[in-house]
Parts: sequence; C-alpha cells; structure tokens
Amino acid sequence: MLNYVLSRLLTFVPTFLGVTLISFAFIRVLPGDPIIVMAGERGVSQERYDQLAAQFGFDRPMYVQFWDYFTGVLQGDLGNSFVTKKPVWDEFFTLFPATLELSLCAMILAIILGLPAGVIAAVNRGKFFDRALMSTALVGYSMPIFWWALLLIIVFSGNLGWTPVSGRIDLLYYFPDPTGFMLIDSLASGQKGAFWSAIRHLILPTIVLGTIPLAVIARQTRSAMLEVLGEDYVRTARAKGMSPGRINSIHALRNALIPVITVIGLSVGTLLAGAILTETIFSWPGIGKWMVDSIFRRDYPVVQGGLLLIAVMVMIVNLTVDMLYGLINPKIRKR
Amino acid sequence: MSLLRIRNLSVDFATASGKFRAVDGVDQDVNTGEILAIVGESGSGKSVSMLAMMGLLPWTATVTADEMTFDGHDLLTISKRERRRVVGKDLAMIFQEPMSSLNPCFTVGWQIKETLRVHLGLSRKACHARAVELFEQVGIPDPERRLSAFPHQMSGGMNQRVMIAMAIACKPKLLIADEPTTALDVTIQAQILDLLTSLRDDNGMGLVLITHDMGVVAETAERVSVQYAGQKIEEQPVLPLFQSPHHPYTAALLDALPERATEKHLPTIPGMVPGQFDRPAGCLFSPRCKFANSKCKAEQPAPQGPDLGHARCFYPLNTDERIAS
Repeated sequence: MLNYVLSRLLTFVPTFLGVTLISFAFIRVLPGDPIIVMAGERGVSQERYDQLAAQFGFDRPMYVQFWDYFTGVLQGDLGNSFVTKKPVWDEFFTLFPATLELSLCAMILAIILGLPAGVIAAVNRGKFFDRALMSTALVGYSMPIFWWALLLIIVFSGNLGWTPVSGRIDLLYYFPDPTGFMLIDSLASGQKGAFWSAIRHLILPTIVLGTIPLAVIARQTRSAMLEVLGEDYVRTARAKGMSPGRINSIHALRNALIPVITVIGLSVGTLLAGAILTETIFSWPGIGKWMVDSIFRRDYPVVQGGLLLIAVMVMIVNLTVDMLYGLINPKIRKR
Repeated sequence: MSLLRIRNLSVDFATASGKFRAVDGVDQDVNTGEILAIVGESGSGKSVSMLAMMGLLPWTATVTADEMTFDGHDLLTISKRERRRVVGKDLAMIFQEPMSSLNPCFTVGWQIKETLRVHLGLSRKACHARAVELFEQVGIPDPERRLSAFPHQMSGGMNQRVMIAMAIACKPKLLIADEPTTALDVTIQAQILDLLTSLRDDNGMGLVLITHDMGVVAETAERVSVQYAGQKIEEQPVLPLFQSPHHPYTAALLDALPERATEKHLPTIPGMVPGQFDRPAGCLFSPRCKFANSKCKAEQPAPQGPDLGHARCFYPLNTDERIAS
C-alpha cells in the first residue's frame, strides 16, 4: 500500500509542473494589462507605467519571470496580490474553508440521496420508480444551474421566506472564526441561533451545487448496480439463501461502488473549482468568486497561484479516490 | 419417498422475439445419498431446470410444474422467505466458474461465515471454528491463513473448494453441482470429483451433477439422465446406459467419445441443437437422427417404459428383439 501511495505521489510531479506552467501562461495570454486596469479611468503616464512595470518585473523576459515564480512556488511563496497586497497564500486559505464547507455539504447531500436512489432504481428496473427517478435525474443534470438557483430563491426566499437570499450567516452574529467553517465556528461561539442561521444560509447553495453531482451519482449507481446484479457472485449469494436486502446492500453495492467513487471524486474536483456560479449567485465568499474577481482585475499572482492551489486540491482528491478503490476492492490494490 | 421429486417441469423465457421454452416437461427424482448426473449439450436446459428448482432464475423466466417437492417442502407454493431458509442450508448449489462465483470484495472466510451465521446463527467464535473445519474437510491447506484471503489470491481449484465448503457448510441434504469441473484443468477435475463423491459418502447427501462430460459421468454418477433441447430423453443407471443406450441421441453421444472410437475419424452428430426458431414439429432429435422416418418428423414421441430407460423415441435401440434379429 505504501509503495502504491508513493508511486501515485510520483505522478504528481509532472502534473504539478504542467499546472504551474499553464496557470502562469493562462492569465498572460488574456488580453489586458494589470497596470492599465489598476490605473482605471484616469490612465497612467508612460513614465509611471515603466516604473510600475519594473516594480512588478514585467520588463524582464518571460522565462525569467516564470523562473522567479516557479522558484517562489517551490519555497511556498505564491507572491502578493496586486490589488490587496496581501499574500495569495493567506487570501486563499481565508476563503477556501467557505468553498470547502459548501462543497462538502453539497457532496454529502448528493451521496446520501444519490446512492440509495440509484440502488432502488436498479433493483426496480423498468418500474415506475426507476423511470421517474431517471427522468428527474436527467432534468437535474441538464438544468442550467443559475436558473435553478434563481428559481429556488424566488420560491423559498421570496415567496415563502423560509431561507435567506445570500451570505453565510445573519449580520446579527459576530464571532471569531478559528476554523473558517461557519457551521463549526457558529456552534463554538455558543451564540443563540447562530448555528441555525448558518444552516439556513447553507440550504439553498447546497441544493443548487449538489444537484448535478446528485443526478450523476444516482445514474452511475444505477448502471453500476445493474451490471453487478447480473454477476455470478450475486447468484451465489442468492444460492446461499441471503435476503434481497442483504444481497443488494452488501454483496452488490460494494462492487458497484468502484465506478461510483470515480464520479464522486471527479465531482468533488469540479465542485471545488466550479462552485463559481453558485458562489456568485448566493454571494458566498469562497474561492470561486475570488478567482472570477481576480481574473477581471488581471491580478496575475492571484490567478496563477489560485489556479495552482485548486489544481493541487483536485490532485489530492483524486489520490484519495485511488486509495479508496484499494480499500473497497482488494483486487485493485495488487496492481 | 424421494428427496427431490419433479414432475412435468417446464421453464419459459420471455425474450424480445417471443417465448422460448428452455425446459420442456422434465421429470426428475433424486434420493438421499444418490448421485444423479444430468447430461446434455449446451442449451439442453440441464442447468435451467435445477436453477428453476432453486428459485434462482431471473424474472424473465416462467416456471410451471405438476409437482416439485424437496424434503417435504412444496417448491411451487413455498413463500420467498421460506425458500431462503431451505436454499443454502438443506439445498445447496455450486457453479461452473469458481473465480466469478465468489465475491471479489470479501475474503473467502467472510463469505463462508456469512452462510453459517445466517442459517445456523452461530457465534463469531463458532463460525470461525466451523469454517476452519470445513476448509480442512475440502482439503484446503493452512485454513487459518486462507480464511483471510481474497478470491483473486487463490487458484481456480482452491476457489472451487471454497465454493464446495460454502455449499456443504450447513450439511445440505442435496447438493447440485453445475459443471463444477468445466473451468478447471484435468488433474484438478479428478480431485474435485473425488472430493464431491467422498463428501456424499460422509454426509449422506444427494448429489446432482450437471455436466456435458461423459467421462465425468462414467467415473462419478450412479444414475444418468440425458437431456436434449429441454427434454429428458433417456434415464438409466450408469452401467446399462453405457452398455445399451436406448435413445439414438445417447448412442450418438457415446459413439462420439474418443475413448470408444474404433475408426480413424471420430464420429460426430451432424447439425445443431434446435433453437427458438427451428424447433421441429415431431421428435426434437429427428433432424439429426440417422434412424428418423416420416413419423418421427410429424409426431412427438412419448417416453417409453422404465425398462427402455424412459426413452423419448418411437424406435428405441438395443431392445431385446433388435438384439435377437
């Protein structure tokens, strides 16, 4: 197992190099100039422009700039934001818990509902529940996320007034945030109603962000279960006189989990990186919103550093998924 | 009364192109302590009839029978819950492919203990002791260590031994072995067959051996039932069957054995088993039978009496008068 982990870690090296290069190049091929953007409508004199360019190092050749950036990355220095002047590293880890909290909640929702739904659909293949569920999943999968979010806001926040429209917590509450996770911090603060307020703020973003993974997981679980239910070992379990419930939930599901874990891993990756729409709609102060803002400001260090950190997070999630394979199906561990 | 008694069992599969009759009016009896071999080509319905009896067929199958009893249980009217108490305990089955018949995600020990726990309600400790005992009984060396192995870590022969250990875990009254040696190489085949026979001797269980290998039949079985295209076409004790087969199909099968060949070219049976669309009107074997006449092609023969091996044939072979003439 240790060898397996080490060999997987080794494959990180080329990926990491590639991501560093691409994130560096990506923001620079976009049209626009950070100095002009910073100057705003007043414009900037040529003299001042050259001075700033020299200060940021733009006057030097591209490969020198990359080398500076890359050696910095290796030393754990992602540079400072042009706009806030704060280290990218600090900004990322201030905002990342918000994204992580939302992504985790969305993922938990998707798994808790998606797995059983897929199993039940597979067992009742072709019957009403199966058809109803699979068409619902298709709708959920194909629905534009912003439209779905607005619809929920209109109904639940607007008409019914059950949930807040945006943010992570009511403005009434103020407490220190050592972990950055609102659910934990609000509970730790001991303030009355704070935890409940945090939950109410999470509900709609969680549903919106969890919809697509939910649909994907339900469909994937169903197809994996259908395949596994036709296997010889399921017949063996029946020949042993095991109950259908036991066969479906233990003998079959464990085997069906492999492809499901794959899509869960992929979904976590896209959630971390792709919560942008949801975060923007619900004014959720996470990295998605931060990245979008930084791209508009041509904030080079933030964009390249943020992209790199997101990529590393996704790589870690993928590694975890690979470990899980081995845990669930011992046959894979051997390879 | 026999342990297993089946009368006029038929199984139909609903397929996209209509109904397909896989088993057609089969009678079968198995007594305690007896070894019955069911022989036939692929698609002759030998496995399906036993799977139907176990209740293991998919939902596309319709099972009908005049009578189907096992050890006092009426398998036609038995509830699903009641059947689960019998299947796996008194009525066990092992399959053709040991590698794919064991669950790859669980250790073989877990899989065998599951049977013990669910059917006998043994404690964790008792389960373990019994599992070790069973592994020893089926000849798995180093049982303590092997219990924590996964199926992919063992050979096909070892896995089949695990399957057998699992099947006999609750001392079944009847064990159905569906081509238990087909996927194994020849030396292992003999070992597995010896094991099954010795288990029959020790436990006194009935054994149904489904096979297409006449060599296996000759070595192991006591009574043989020959199936063709879903019908039972002949049944005899093993010696008389080999000496004087009554149905032309049985005779042709025996002629095709390399051990019995007298000519340079091995005799074969021309043609194929009829499928869903080319089922003949008369005797199902008539298109391939060298003795068939117009009557054979028009009418379905009824089984002959027990002295002629219940042969479904108008003109059974090796009758006394034929031998005389």
